[in-house]
Amino acid sequence: MSAAVRLAVLATLVLLGGCDREQRDPRPNARRDTDEQAVAVTTLEPGGERPSPSDPKAQHFADNAYQMSEGKRLYSWFNCSGCHANGGGGMGPALIDDKWIYGASVESVHATIRDGRPNGMPSFGNKVPDDQIWQLAAYVRSMAGLASSAASPGRNDDMMARPSENRPGAASEGKSP
Amino acid sequence: MTAADLAPEPDGLRDTGLDEATLRRWLARTWARPRGLVGSLSTVDHKVVARRYLVTAFVFLALGGLNAILMRLQLSGPERSLIGPDLYNQLFTMHGVTMMFLFAVPVMQASGIFLVPLMVGTRNIAFPRLNAFSYWIYLSGGIFAWTSFVLNMGPDVGWFAYVPLSGPEFAPGKRADVWAQMITYTEVSSLAVAVATIVTIFKQRAPGMSLDRIPLFVWAMLVTSFVIIFAMPAVMIASTFLILDRLVGTHIFNPAEGGDALLFQHLFWFFGHPEVYIIFLPATGMVSSIIAAFARRPVFGYLALVLSLIAVGFLSFGLWVHHMFATGLPKLGASFFTASSMLIAIPNGLQIFCWLATLWGGRPTIRTPLLFVLGFFFIFVAGCLTGVMLASVPLDLQAHDTYFVVAHFHYVLIGGAVFPLLGAAYFWFPKITGRMMSERLGRWHFWLAFVGFNAAFFPMHIVGLWGMPRRVYTYPVQMGWGPINLFISLGALVLFASFVLFAVNLVRSCSRGEPAGDNPWDAGTLEWATSSPPPSYNFSRIPVVTHAEPLWAERESMPVAEGLRVGVRELLVSTVAEARPDLRETSAGTSIWPLLAALAVGGTFLGSIFTPWAVVWGALPITVALIGWFWPKGEPEDES
Amino acid sequence: MRPSRGFAAALFLPAFLAGCSGWQSALDPKGPAAEELARLIWFFTLLSVAVWLLVMIVLSIAILRRRRQHSDPLAVDARGDRIARRVVSVAVGATGVVLVGLTLLSFFANRTLAGIGTQAAVTIRVTGHQWWWEVRYEDERPARVVTSANEIHVPAGEPVELVLSSTDVIHSLWVPNLAGKLDLIPGRENVLRFVAAEPGTYRGQCAEFCGAQHAHMALVVVAEPRPAFEAWLDRELRPAHPPPPGVPMAGQDVFLGRGCMMCHRIRGTLAGGTTGPDLTHLASRSTLGAGTLEMSRGNLAAWIADPHGIKPGVHMPVMGLGGDELNQVVAYLERLE
Repeated sequence: MSAAVRLAVLATLVLLGGCDREQRDPRPNARRDTDEQAVAVTTLEPGGERPSPSDPKAQHFADNAYQMSEGKRLYSWFNCSGCHANGGGGMGPALIDDKWIYGASVESVHATIRDGRPNGMPSFGNKVPDDQIWQLAAYVRSMAGLASSAASPGRNDDMMARPSENRPGAASEGKSP
Repeated sequence: MTAADLAPEPDGLRDTGLDEATLRRWLARTWARPRGLVGSLSTVDHKVVARRYLVTAFVFLALGGLNAILMRLQLSGPERSLIGPDLYNQLFTMHGVTMMFLFAVPVMQASGIFLVPLMVGTRNIAFPRLNAFSYWIYLSGGIFAWTSFVLNMGPDVGWFAYVPLSGPEFAPGKRADVWAQMITYTEVSSLAVAVATIVTIFKQRAPGMSLDRIPLFVWAMLVTSFVIIFAMPAVMIASTFLILDRLVGTHIFNPAEGGDALLFQHLFWFFGHPEVYIIFLPATGMVSSIIAAFARRPVFGYLALVLSLIAVGFLSFGLWVHHMFATGLPKLGASFFTASSMLIAIPNGLQIFCWLATLWGGRPTIRTPLLFVLGFFFIFVAGCLTGVMLASVPLDLQAHDTYFVVAHFHYVLIGGAVFPLLGAAYFWFPKITGRMMSERLGRWHFWLAFVGFNAAFFPMHIVGLWGMPRRVYTYPVQMGWGPINLFISLGALVLFASFVLFAVNLVRSCSRGEPAGDNPWDAGTLEWATSSPPPSYNFSRIPVVTHAEPLWAERESMPVAEGLRVGVRELLVSTVAEARPDLRETSAGTSIWPLLAALAVGGTFLGSIFTPWAVVWGALPITVALIGWFWPKGEPEDES
Repeated sequence: MRPSRGFAAALFLPAFLAGCSGWQSALDPKGPAAEELARLIWFFTLLSVAVWLLVMIVLSIAILRRRRQHSDPLAVDARGDRIARRVVSVAVGATGVVLVGLTLLSFFANRTLAGIGTQAAVTIRVTGHQWWWEVRYEDERPARVVTSANEIHVPAGEPVELVLSSTDVIHSLWVPNLAGKLDLIPGRENVLRFVAAEPGTYRGQCAEFCGAQHAHMALVVVAEPRPAFEAWLDRELRPAHPPPPGVPMAGQDVFLGRGCMMCHRIRGTLAGGTTGPDLTHLASRSTLGAGTLEMSRGNLAAWIADPHGIKPGVHMPVMGLGGDELNQVVAYLERLE
């Protein structure tokens, strides 16, 4: 009996991940701005890596299905494709690969969109509310396959330019999970 | 029971010449229900499986009812903020899905699983292990859906989940995938029971029970099972296509890449319309049984009723576009569906008239089951008539997707299926448990249900025509719909209270009900020929049938057939039309494999909403389970 | 003892009659299409009530009548059964005749409806979005094409044609006072034709579940006499007035500087976003948020400050404007008539 109980507890814990992933909060934390937390461009330093600080807001957005699907909508509404195409890059770097110039964590991507970067990434901090930038950041990570496939958005009801975000990424294409 | 007893016959002791007591001892041992936890999980006795189905279905009824109460509390006043839109959308979707897939169809099939083998005079349902498997799959599907709901993953796209709203772009997360896979569980379960029911009815009838002597309830289950077999594939296709679009990236419903959003509606409603007849037809069988018993005469117009059942079964496949009149399909085509939707009222009307004629010609005793049948007439006929209204294309363009439609389908489903079901519960409870339900509580239950139902659902016709659409979590103050919605919510509470009373009656009667004899209602069909509750082997000897109401025709003693073996689970197979005895067939015994197969299949379905690889890896345990299930047992072939 | 029908009627009749003159009521027709439909509804209702009463009367008599007792349930009355067979056959035949009649009636009503609104005087393209309506007044002259949102102006007494489509999920446009509903399906175009017989304001609502805020996706149809309609259209075609200096001009700066123009368009300014509703003549509309709020200064401020407090899940984000900025932008927007 105790083996069955243990199995049930394990299954429950696995499934409980569903709670947070499926939460749909339209305004998770509608403060005016994120605290101006320093986001490191790189975590390498002499003597080893230092841990990258994490923003408490980030957990509402990363790996949340609703927030990522909102980010996908905003990616198209705000014409990110203008420079990044559908993730393959053009004027701007590709977003579906594993090369991240300024860091791949959701805080780094958020800082990139909010503050802009050298070589042409505009700053959207004044134009797009902070929560929406978090949504975009969460979505951009899913484009590169960094978000859980259970939460990543599926394909758009549009003409397709690339495989959808919930498919396994290029790195594991063709291999069994 | 020594080896010497077995010696005389070449293939085992037969029941010919055995006295009743010895016969019952042998049969009780051969058909024994296994003990212990593993035993109870391996039983294939149709009555045990049916009881489990019934209890599970009523639990889902209660859960679906709670959903409805929460919805009605939110809608009891304008712009209330009790429940937000996200939870409300999950609530009404879960309400629809629970009531339609987890309560209505399973409970009707379960009544068939319990009653059909008894009514046709056989020992067990055909394919008993498949029957057991179907219960475990149904239970898995229900647990899957409700656990997802508890985990904030419950579907929120409506019980018919139109694309593109349920598609990959507009339904983020796993909620719509849960909807699609829950459908797969319940449809596999329904198909399995349908197949078993058809084979039981065609091949396992008691000798002499020719096609024109089959009880009307059994005819209803036969037609229902055929409708299930032809309708369920359409919804499985629809839900599979949806999952493919969402998980794998196909474009079946994507207009931009050549797909079509309306295709989903066609596929779904091709199933969806026959689905409501799947729910309604068994209820007509229940009504026929109850009216015959309480009017103290065989039902008038047996042939007409059978032909009506078959006609409804066929015609139900030609109506589906009436759910799509507002989608802009060509008007001439839509008018065809107006004609066919009105046409189905003819066989339905014929049924009603035959029942009225039965009541007119008989001498009805008013007991709770008949009260519920009278309630059925009151409510279902009204629902039928609003259905005729909705069948008209132009009228439907005002009423579609408003509370008028909500009123209509609750009238036909609650009036046409739940009321007969409740009457059937009071009617057959003595047979299932051996005790009578409380008549006093039953009358209170009926009146509470009747008044509560009409108070809750009649005003919906009005508020729908006043402009209130369906599936809204709130409405503005200035529309003036507040008072009538408050009235509706109060009615819903009364209806809910009636179900609580029913549950109280059920539980009390299980332990304190008056003991019922074999045939407390003095009804005429074969299930009343055995004890209440029936022994595991149903009948000690297979009865021989000479009339459509065997117990009324043979009041002194029932002729029986002899010659079945008693040491092995054996039943009699007869010909399809005349029911002449044909073969002796072994019936599968206790087995754990149905449960294991259900776990393997259920696990595969669950995994496949997360990754398509689950189908590949899940095939392995399924193969193992099926090999175990079908492993040959080395028994000699039966001879005629 | 069943509840008396008179009691039930007395309970429901006042409530029932109250809706007869109603906003958004199918029983209060204001156009030929809705009138035809209302006639059909009444006819079917009365016929249904009559049939239902007949069946209930027969049922009551069947239950209550006195009859001879037979102890043997199989001893049936052959004569009684013969009469019953004839009665049931007649009843089924009558049912068939009535249903054929209703089918024909419905078919002819369909033809009548198809004849309403042909030779449209005005063509309007309505595109459904998640939880608002994009309205475009078509014209052969491109300079006279104008886009607005959530409010449809039509000339009273003239046939109007609405071309319906959707950019996302299936919606359904339903203005019960004027016509039956028709779905807005992505990838398809449906055409709804109607005539608004009298001038007036008519409310409609989305009638196909379309997601979180389906409940708050309403629209208003304003029917005006032709000269008034032309005057309104001329005003609508003009770009937005430049704001007077002071608070409204500061409001325009907030609008353009703080991100509103990423989604909204105000013709005559730099704001050219097309993903949200066109706001060029926002203040001339009677509602806000697709029929959710009445247009007023306070509601405008509340909506901009926190749209999710009113319509949770809507695509408009919380902009995070400070108190002064909010005042300024509201002062600017309420001048956009």
